[in-house]
Amino acid sequence: MTIKKTFWQKYEAWIWALIFVIIYVWAFSGIPVTGIQAVAGEVTKSILHGLFHPDFSYVYTGDGEDLISLLLQTLAIAFAGTIASALLSIPFAFWAARTKKGGTHLGSSSGKLFLTIVRTFPEIVMAIMFIKAVGPGPFAGVLAVSFHSIGMLGKLFAEAVEEIDRRPAEAIIAAGGTQFDVLIHATIPAVIPEFISLTLYRFEIAVRSASILGLVGAGGIGAPLIFAIGTRWWPRVAIILLGIIVMVTVIDFISGYLRKKLV
Amino acid sequence: MNTIPKKSFAQKWHIKALVWTAIVLALFIASCAMTGVDVGAFLTGFNQFMQIFYEMLKPDWSYVPFTIKPIIQTIQMALIGTLVGSIIAVPFAVLAARNIVTNTVIRGTIRFILNLVRTLPDLMLAAVFVAVVGIGPMAGVLTLAIFSFGMISKLFYEAIETIDMGPIEALTAAGATKTQVVWFAVLPQVYNHFLSYFLYTFEINVRASTILGYLGAGGIGELLQRSLGQFRYDRTAIVVIGTFIVVVVVDTLSNQLRERLQ
Amino acid sequence: MQEGTPIIEFNDVNKVYPNGTVGLDNINLTINKGEFVVIVGLSGAGKSTLLRAANRLHDVSSGEILIDGQSIVTAKGKQLREVRRNIAMIFQNFNLVKRSTVEKNILNGRVGYYPTWKTIFGLFSAADKQQAAANLQRVNLGEKLYSRADELSGGQQQRVAIARALMQEPKIMLADEPIASLDPRTTVMVMDDLKKLNEELGITVVVNLHSVSLAKQYASRVVGLRAGKLVYDKQIGDVQDGDFDEIYDGKNQEVKEA
Ligand SMILES: Nc1ncnc2c1ncn2[C@@H]1O[C@H](COP(=O)(O)OP(=O)(O)O)[C@@H](O)[C@H]1O
Ligand SMILES: [Mg+2]
Repeated sequence: MTIKKTFWQKYEAWIWALIFVIIYVWAFSGIPVTGIQAVAGEVTKSILHGLFHPDFSYVYTGDGEDLISLLLQTLAIAFAGTIASALLSIPFAFWAARTKKGGTHLGSSSGKLFLTIVRTFPEIVMAIMFIKAVGPGPFAGVLAVSFHSIGMLGKLFAEAVEEIDRRPAEAIIAAGGTQFDVLIHATIPAVIPEFISLTLYRFEIAVRSASILGLVGAGGIGAPLIFAIGTRWWPRVAIILLGIIVMVTVIDFISGYLRKKLV
Repeated sequence: MNTIPKKSFAQKWHIKALVWTAIVLALFIASCAMTGVDVGAFLTGFNQFMQIFYEMLKPDWSYVPFTIKPIIQTIQMALIGTLVGSIIAVPFAVLAARNIVTNTVIRGTIRFILNLVRTLPDLMLAAVFVAVVGIGPMAGVLTLAIFSFGMISKLFYEAIETIDMGPIEALTAAGATKTQVVWFAVLPQVYNHFLSYFLYTFEINVRASTILGYLGAGGIGELLQRSLGQFRYDRTAIVVIGTFIVVVVVDTLSNQLRERLQ
Repeated sequence: MQEGTPIIEFNDVNKVYPNGTVGLDNINLTINKGEFVVIVGLSGAGKSTLLRAANRLHDVSSGEILIDGQSIVTAKGKQLREVRRNIAMIFQNFNLVKRSTVEKNILNGRVGYYPTWKTIFGLFSAADKQQAAANLQRVNLGEKLYSRADELSGGQQQRVAIARALMQEPKIMLADEPIASLDPRTTVMVMDDLKKLNEELGITVVVNLHSVSLAKQYASRVVGLRAGKLVYDKQIGDVQDGDFDEIYDGKNQEVKEA
């Protein structure tokens, strides 16, 4: 007995492979590979040399423009921005959360669309807009983080609200409580640990973005980094990269530890 | 007789919560002081902000044709970056998986490298790569490759750690080499996860690649930088709208494909 | 059949797990070519430990295990893989790659015969592909060749596993409670398959079982384990109805020689 494969069994993999290859041939056609500079090798060598000889003198100078001060400033931007954003996100989350069963969801859908727009709006552009408003410096960075994070935190908060157990709320209503009672006694206690955990998670992301906002003049370690790269001052680049790596690692560790303790 | 248990002092006053709130508040105030937060300045400057916003509300539609090519390039960069990154990720993920590699030194080293890579923000990588390979999409592709590599390899080794170990045993017992075990018993089990992560990373890369151009790393971000530099916020608006459309379309397509993979 | 030629020999084998549990306690056991040995014992007695040691899925603490006269305890690399190639294994949970087709799963049994790169490019010979289909027919599942493994029932999966094991052209088939997750009807099918391989192809079969009645029905020799010790060993003709109480209840601590 011999059995035949069906057409699809036989060719499915090939068809997908073909689609894949076509897409990638198209993609590679758009990227000029000749774009590599002649000096790339040399630059890489200098960078690597710099990376093994970091400019340790920059770590602390005491003038407030050194690595440690600017890393702290970066953390401050991320922290202030995230806390402000967490508070601002709460009303948006309740706007976007779909809490009623059935019916249309005009309210929550418009809220979700709004949050998607905020999330997609480039943080860099937001930073530049805030720089116009309050001038260059870390404050503009705080504002950019605060407002941009609403897009993601609002969405995550809304999902947390949607997922909470509805039974305590029903019990309160059944016992004659008002919607306000539900909010105070059922909803808020249920979502607070979740909100805190999500905020910590967002803080980890904010630390990363705060360390690059300086590229456009919104404070933190980004500005000296881009300056050092521009002037090809590799030992300086190296020490800043190391500083960022250490900072992000430590923050991820602490935040991860706290989040584990919350659940 | 029943007695109502007395709340301890700490429970009664929610001491722990209060302490934490106080710590967070103190840190918040310190952060605000350090970053020169000034609500007054924000309020007075707010009309400046709104000024830009109003200009953005009147997009310069004639700019649309100029955005098509960079948008396409953005997608191409994201595609290639995701591909390169995820191919490199496969061996690293296998070597980082606890149930495949029992040697803690190898696994520890690999995980250390992966953690290191994930700490680097994408724009920072872009700045470095622009310095190395020059302005252009190549820098963007390299950035996205490294970025996706860090992300996929972590997702992927976590997936590998959840697989059924039975087939591994069966292949080993049949006299397979380590490579054959991975190829025939491990990879088929995580193949779908891999495709799903690939698509997910592609979505993230599309978002990321829309701003890389701000630093000269190719794609639509270049127009962002140009229009902002020329104070042509009406054009910035077009770029932002274009970005938005691309992100939404890619997310939708990719989500649909991922659902089919389930 | 070549009665009396040893094919598996355990000499003073001990196995202590890293956590201190004694898995095997001074096992001496010789299995001859063509035998159908059933190993019985309470769960935790060390049956799995014994089988897994025979294929070196784990190392023993001391002692020697010879497969066809060759030590598997000291074998390394290619040599170890070649010894393993001759020993097929059947598992309680089938251990199929659920997402792969039946054909791919069966061919997995053959990888030991190919260089790694060839298998990675899927370059199995036409003869082997045909053999895969033939082996599947031997366990009466011929039409399932291109089905995905997870579309099959437990009994069918176990028979695919047997077809996979046959791809190894093994001299020995080790089966660790192959029927523990099957219903009575499929149990009979799987056991019949094993018996057929034993009788028709002369493969030496060693099966761990819980069921005493199945042991009596299929075995040519019954071996009993308790707490890692060999406590019973008789040819099927000598097995008495009362014997099994000893293995299971532990009334008799002595090893009964056949
Ligand atoms: N990986 C392991 N680590 C520690 N102890 C184990 C391990 N595997 C089995 N054991 C122990 O070894 C003994 C024998 O187990 P096993 O060979 O699986 O018994 P059986 O297959 O007869 O039920 C049991 O006490 C079991 O708990
Ligand atoms: Mg067992």
